[in-house]
Amino acid sequence: MTRTLFDRVWDAHVVQELADGIALLYVDLHLIHEVTSPQAFEGLRRAKRTVRRPERTLATVDHNVPTGERSLPIADPIAARQLDALGANAREFGIALFDLASPEQGIVHVIGPELGATQPGMVIVCGDSHTSTHGAFGAFALGIGTSEVEHVLATQCIVLSKPKNLEARITGRRGPGVTAKDLILALIGRIGTAGASGHVIEYTGDAIRGLSMEERMTVCNMSIEAGARAGMIAPDDVTFAYLEGRPRAPSGAAWDSAVERWRTFRSDPGARYDTQVQLDASRIGPQVTWGTTPGMVADITARIPDPGQLPTEHERQAARRALEYMGLEPGTALEGIPIDRVFLGSCTNARIEDLRAAASVVRGRHVASRVRAMVVPGSQRVKVQAEREGLDRVFREAGFEWRNAGCSMCLGMNADVLGAGERCAATSNRNFEGRQGRGGRTHLMSPVMAAAAAIEGRLVDVRAW
Amino acid sequence: MVRAFVRHRGKVVALPRRDVDTDQIIPKQFLKAVDRTGFASGLFFDWRADPNFELNRPAAQGATILVTGPNFGCGSSREHAVWALAEYGFRAIIAPSFADIFTANCYRNGVLPVQLTATDVEILTRRAEAPLAGSTYEVVVDLEKLVVSDDDGFSAPFRADPYGRELLLSGLDEIGRTLLEEPRIAAYERAHA
Repeated sequence: MTRTLFDRVWDAHVVQELADGIALLYVDLHLIHEVTSPQAFEGLRRAKRTVRRPERTLATVDHNVPTGERSLPIADPIAARQLDALGANAREFGIALFDLASPEQGIVHVIGPELGATQPGMVIVCGDSHTSTHGAFGAFALGIGTSEVEHVLATQCIVLSKPKNLEARITGRRGPGVTAKDLILALIGRIGTAGASGHVIEYTGDAIRGLSMEERMTVCNMSIEAGARAGMIAPDDVTFAYLEGRPRAPSGAAWDSAVERWRTFRSDPGARYDTQVQLDASRIGPQVTWGTTPGMVADITARIPDPGQLPTEHERQAARRALEYMGLEPGTALEGIPIDRVFLGSCTNARIEDLRAAASVVRGRHVASRVRAMVVPGSQRVKVQAEREGLDRVFREAGFEWRNAGCSMCLGMNADVLGAGERCAATSNRNFEGRQGRGGRTHLMSPVMAAAAAIEGRLVDVRAW
Repeated sequence: MVRAFVRHRGKVVALPRRDVDTDQIIPKQFLKAVDRTGFASGLFFDWRADPNFELNRPAAQGATILVTGPNFGCGSSREHAVWALAEYGFRAIIAPSFADIFTANCYRNGVLPVQLTATDVEILTRRAEAPLAGSTYEVVVDLEKLVVSDDDGFSAPFRADPYGRELLLSGLDEIGRTLLEEPRIAAYERAHA
């Protein structure tokens, strides 16, 4: 029987079949952060349990951390308590922690790959929905809730019903100015926010093969926005080249045998998928969201759709609500919509290639006078690398704020939030009502599109630059 | 320990919206807690500022069953969303579809996600929005028989994830159960060392 990439990773991790399609799966890597773990550790303590494999657990602080000056004490006492709790839990249970003082601190989905901890064929979990990012390496990586975090801490296993297989085949050559972010936004626009519910997406096709590792992470990151349990890309030489020499990657003879094993994690020719979708990359332009879900998205050259034209009453209502919240009228051209804020950051688009691409757009130009723009690198390593390349100067001279690493304004748990009615061009992943701040209005797009919007003070087509 | 769910009769409130995400269910400012309690006041915090919001209506007070649109609970994995719904008093959520992580979180907190067809959800929504004069609209959700029914002849079967169903029916300690399999976990680790 033929098997998909996902089938192979699943089969290799079954500790026990509990019932038809339900298994106890072994977890190779458990990533934790300050927001979804304190109750799990508290549960362990109350039940007098311990962490089964602390060496397979990695902790960092990212969700609520301030991105300003690190030498100052944290102004928010509740956030500080959560950070302290993670520090104390990591010490008590012997878990490696990348805290605010660490040069390797950063968004959990940026540092896992950066450290080489994320590897092909693994099962990876984290109490965060964007864990799907790690699937770019051919791992089965999924977000879980806090009760499951506690379960994984105690047992190094997770109980799951096996999701179905969905192949998203993306072929053709991308046009200039079209990025990995545009591919995934266009896919979500096509299949909808629940289009991949109950499925693991495997991204295939030459347009995917041609992506760098960082671009693949952007694609897999937003699998959850299509409702998928996870997203995966079969590992290849691009994957291995990225991992070689990373601190937690195997080395020497172990590297060679690891690569040999990793190459087996792929789908058989003719493998059966429960669902298949195809997308032609050559027909996709830069994408911008206009509503309050990532599926409410269109080409930058498009106009805002008329809710009345949508097929179901639920969709018509949702679109009307969304436009009311966003302060937009049907028929308005997306290009030209004025913006107040720009956020370059998040686990979707704050890696070094994203910053380089955005910097190439802003170099020698200045942020529009009405716009407040910030760059929040995905990790302190990304920040240092960008500074080595002089990108921080490019951004600062253009009028961007240059911050320390964290999730920041993607979810607005720290001080970086939108005010009510403020409109933001964001490279993050969610444009939900209030996500970036109560009453804030988010338009999702690629780093180059957000950079161009910052300069012009309105949504623009980066291809015209 | 999971709070057991076998059969529940309760008042219904309808929230006919699709793609209700967990950021709406419990906004970020409530995620800074280090405990599992104290989330009810944050439930649908931004929406509850509107006096006309469905949950603010007098008829909705005391509801324990939420009927809503497709893809409920999408977005962030925050279990705080389910903690808030449970603490507010909801025991079951009925919708045409749910996000996967949200579903898993429900099963671990004594809240039952019930998937019905869009047509059946529509019927329940209409009945919840216009209860007979002087009465409240109640349904019975039976996890043992896998049926939702009301006193006016509505009856619809539903399917539940067998593992999630077992967790809810027995209210067992999931970690304790998995730890019974410790020898198998250890054997797996030896074989993959």
